[in-house]
Amino acid sequence: MNLYVLLKMVPDTVEELNVAGDNRSLDAEYLRFKLNDPDEHALEQALLLKEKHGGTITVVTLDAPEVDDALFTALAKGADRAVKIPADQAALGTIATAKAFAAFFAALPAPLAADALILPGSQAVDDLEGEVAAYLAELLKLPYLGVVCGVTAVDGKVTAVKEFSGGLRGRFEVPMPAVLGIQSAEKPPRYVPVAKVRAAMKAAKIETAAIEPPGPARALDLDHMYKPEPTGRARMLEGAPEEVAARITEVLAEHGVA
Amino acid sequence: MSTAILVLVEQLRGQVADITFEMLGAARKMAASAQRPVHAVALGRDAAGLATRLGAADSVLVVDDPVLDQPTAEAAVAVLQQIMEQKQAGLLLLGGTNVSFGLGTRLAARTQLPFVNFCKGARTDGDALVLTSQLFGGKILSDVKLAQGRGIASIYPGAFPADAGRSDKTPAVEKLALAVPAPKVVFQQYIEPEAGDVDITKQSVLVAVGRGIQSADNVQLAEELAQTLGGAVCASRPVIDQGWLPLSRQVGKSGMTVKPRVYLAFGISGAPEHWDGMQNSECIIAVNTDPKAPIFDGAHYGVVGDAVELIPLLNEKIHAKKG
Amino acid sequence: MNPVQVSVFGLPGVGVLWGLTLVAFGIFGWRCWQLIGLVRRGRFENRFDHLGTRAWHAAKGVLLQPRIFNERSIGLPHFLIFWGFVVYVVCFNWALLRGLLPFLPIPFPDAVGPAALFLDVFSVLVLISLAVAVARRLFAPPPHLHLSLDANLILALIGVLMLSTLFLAAFRVVAEGGQGGAWTPFGRLLAPAFASLAPERAGALATAMWWTHMVVVLGFLVYLPYSKHLHLLASPFNVFFNDAPIRPPGDLAIPGAKDDFTAGASKWEELTWKQLFSGFSCAECGRCDRACPATTAGYAIEPQQIIQKLKKHMMATGLAGNGDGRPALIGGVITEAELWACTTCLACMSRCAVWNEQVPLIVMLRRQLVSQGAVQRTVQDMLANLTRYGNSFGKSDRMRARWVQASGLKIKDARKEPVEYLWFVGDYASYDPRCEEITRKTAKVFSQAGLDFGLLYEAERNAGNDVRRVGEEGLFDMLREKNQQAFAKARFQAIVTTDPHTFNALKNEYAWNGNRVPVKHYTEVLDELLAAGRLPLKKKLAGRVTYHDPCYLGRYNGIYEPPRRVLRALGLEVVEMPRTREHSHCCGAGGGRIWMEDTEKIAERPAENRIREAAALADVPTVVVACPKDIAMFRDALKTTGTEGKLAVRDLAELVAEAMEV
Repeated sequence: MNLYVLLKMVPDTVEELNVAGDNRSLDAEYLRFKLNDPDEHALEQALLLKEKHGGTITVVTLDAPEVDDALFTALAKGADRAVKIPADQAALGTIATAKAFAAFFAALPAPLAADALILPGSQAVDDLEGEVAAYLAELLKLPYLGVVCGVTAVDGKVTAVKEFSGGLRGRFEVPMPAVLGIQSAEKPPRYVPVAKVRAAMKAAKIETAAIEPPGPARALDLDHMYKPEPTGRARMLEGAPEEVAARITEVLAEHGVA
Repeated sequence: MSTAILVLVEQLRGQVADITFEMLGAARKMAASAQRPVHAVALGRDAAGLATRLGAADSVLVVDDPVLDQPTAEAAVAVLQQIMEQKQAGLLLLGGTNVSFGLGTRLAARTQLPFVNFCKGARTDGDALVLTSQLFGGKILSDVKLAQGRGIASIYPGAFPADAGRSDKTPAVEKLALAVPAPKVVFQQYIEPEAGDVDITKQSVLVAVGRGIQSADNVQLAEELAQTLGGAVCASRPVIDQGWLPLSRQVGKSGMTVKPRVYLAFGISGAPEHWDGMQNSECIIAVNTDPKAPIFDGAHYGVVGDAVELIPLLNEKIHAKKG
Repeated sequence: MNPVQVSVFGLPGVGVLWGLTLVAFGIFGWRCWQLIGLVRRGRFENRFDHLGTRAWHAAKGVLLQPRIFNERSIGLPHFLIFWGFVVYVVCFNWALLRGLLPFLPIPFPDAVGPAALFLDVFSVLVLISLAVAVARRLFAPPPHLHLSLDANLILALIGVLMLSTLFLAAFRVVAEGGQGGAWTPFGRLLAPAFASLAPERAGALATAMWWTHMVVVLGFLVYLPYSKHLHLLASPFNVFFNDAPIRPPGDLAIPGAKDDFTAGASKWEELTWKQLFSGFSCAECGRCDRACPATTAGYAIEPQQIIQKLKKHMMATGLAGNGDGRPALIGGVITEAELWACTTCLACMSRCAVWNEQVPLIVMLRRQLVSQGAVQRTVQDMLANLTRYGNSFGKSDRMRARWVQASGLKIKDARKEPVEYLWFVGDYASYDPRCEEITRKTAKVFSQAGLDFGLLYEAERNAGNDVRRVGEEGLFDMLREKNQQAFAKARFQAIVTTDPHTFNALKNEYAWNGNRVPVKHYTEVLDELLAAGRLPLKKKLAGRVTYHDPCYLGRYNGIYEPPRRVLRALGLEVVEMPRTREHSHCCGAGGGRIWMEDTEKIAERPAENRIREAAALADVPTVVVACPKDIAMFRDALKTTGTEGKLAVRDLAELVAEAMEV
């Protein structure tokens, strides 16, 4: 199979997020980027498919802080190629990001093979303008399914499982080539030891795709960004555990429980 | 500007989801100052029958093609695009749920309308509609201006009150005959959640455990407390991922949405994915060791402390009270 | 009398002895060569340095048998059996040489008074020891002692040897007409029982005893390298090549390695020769299993079985030469559960009578699991957190010193101004809400004592001790590099740590580019401040406490006295638990165990076991610890054992703060 995994770096929410002076972007001071969680699952799903059906995995990203670490990690896990599109992802909205990825696929020497799957993460915490995966599928005019939590390939077609809610899932048949937005892989993402990543840094190469930067960075008229007011703070029960337990018992009684 | 507002009725297997009423409520709010008509769009063979419940809309637009009974986004996208053109609709509201996932982005690509994700609030500003979105797991809000109130928005579940979208009125039903393309992504079947377990959506008391519960043994402590209270144990995703509880006990975005009378959250930090599933509980009591845990921002009562310590104590107290 | 000058089944005695000797030594030599060949298939490790130190260590360890005496009931008997064996080996070779080479101008050993006396007396002492050993095996076998046929056979053989010696002397007294026997008092004592025998008959019986003795010993020589009694031969070398006198205990570096050990070993040939050799030395005594907290808790681990299974696997696949269809070393021979159960507490290694090195072997095999990505989800999360944030809590590095804000103290930044002590706080003491308060108190104690100290703030990273023991060597290297970069930017004269695990890593596993910086545990610093009169104690504390020796402070670094001295100086009476100092029972947190989930049902967690031990002490309401992980483990165990009201777990720093009223 020809597997393309699209990786996207997103602001790490473990760090404190602040709004920059322009009121439209994040303050760079404490900002750190990490690989979008579902993208990590997309890579894992690709690795599982490769293990089962063979083929190659090409990992594609835009330029972003700490992105090289993510690419080398992907290579250490078993991706075959890592390609970086020279466009600053942090400045782009999801639509511009999708356009950059679309340009990458348009620039491929041959059209996408009949066994090609494009696997972006299903969504990201900064998807204000929509999901990269869905927009890319529209641009490439390919079949698309999102919130995918499992992929199996049989005879040129893939069966993908989508998560609804309440544990309910649905099975879909998808013709290839296609774009599948991965929410979670069949297995949790594997661990790759630091030594292997470091070996990949020495041995492997990150390719650069020669692509014109996409048009307007953002589609939306972003008025301003701000931190939410801490509202509706809980009434804190304090004291020794014994007292707290007694207070909770009272609250339960007030609500007709116990 | 007086373009219509469309609200896509969200239903799965014939069940209308609460988000539909939340959206109708939101639509009414957005429509109020601009006097825009609000149309509910119901797709599928039995869609016309839903009209009685959609009284908050001025009319219900129905496309009763059997293909639309299936949860295939592709057909819905094609139909919605046609309706928007036909009705000159300026704004489309969609549920920010897994069921409607991806619709907005694809419509945005086809209609070139702006799409706003994670929408939690709305206000009008002259001609424009200003939508507030929650980004980065709720750490940042961002206001987006839709000129002439034109665009597509995905409404964050729980952000708007559902009651505002309920009405006894029976709106007019208009059946639309539209071309419904055969989807390339073919729905095959539903995979049911693991059966034979307690239905946590039907409990009046839930004892919820999160990462802070530390071990499978401690889940047992919660189980005992739930028994004493006559409720059930549920959990956030990390606990389910550990295999300490079955998938049917998961509360949150990819799990169940629950509304018990009392929701006791032990060792749950309150990530948005979890918050989505339990925010409408009547009374939320949260216990967490981290005083900065986001759950305290939304819970009714909070305790900074060790859940593992508190659970057995509480169990004892309630037992004692019961005599 | 010359026992060789007889005809044995019609053949000349000398010839028969030569034949037997050549056969026996031939088989013995061939087998030894075979076994050495096996061990040489392992990877290289330099254990050939510091030869003098090694020789001294081996001489003490083998000749005085100190570790045999750590179990009292068998200490003296084994000591006697060992020395009996040594004397007998000497006398046997002497007798053999004399028998093979009749022209040698020396007498047989039993014809030399003192030697005969030695043999005679020792044969009786050894027989008594054997009786003790047999009785112990029959009536009071300690747990984890495997009552194999092998073991019983050897006891029987030794018995025959001793009896033949004793009876030889007795028969000789009878043969010599009741005269003589001055040097063989026990033989002489026994002789009257055979007084009715004709002297010639008694002489023939004495000769028969001599041959019995020789044949049994030669037989034993053949049998030895095929049995577990190989430990007689191998263990002296094992002790010689052991690194205890040279490097820190439990050190995980492979000295002089020519191969990359980052990914550990996937098959036995990828272990070091020393690791392969350890199986030959193991006498299956079970000391390691009895000391192991994980074995005691009921986890699927017996350190002895890891050594034994490795040995058997190596013999089965190495000697038969079948590379195909062999079971996988990890997963087939040794299970993943076994490897992950280890807390790396070093109890096994500090007890092993032959100085085997179980913990580094286990970590070597864990490295292979890590390189395959075969780690538990929770551990994986921790490693990912450590890689990204430098702490196992997955919190921002800027939050590392958040506890300082609430302490009301201004603490120096060692990167900005010089300090005497760089306080390396560690993950648990910095981030765990249960430990933050203790950390603040420690800071106040240091301040009140006028200690000039500072922090690295967000530049501090997890020191990597547990990461390394989980088997993530690459991540350990990375964390070490980052910390060393931070050290390079700071100015300090010494380091003080809160966590003993951190202490061990910084002290023993960091390179300091020749500028070795003293690394101290906070209990040592408090002890020094007390001695210097710099701790302003405002009140005497009263009462009885017990102190739990953290593994990485005690067994790993030999620090037992400073914390006890501090406690006594506070006015407390220190009552020892039965398992104390180097026998301390691990809380179960080490080696990355604190990040792991129990996937199997166990009898009793190590921390619960330890808490019950402390709770059994009369009138001791407080367990004092000196490790943040102990706070986490033991406070949890208080709850699960229902000892919460009866017992309190307190950090030593909390008590000092109380006495100083800060």
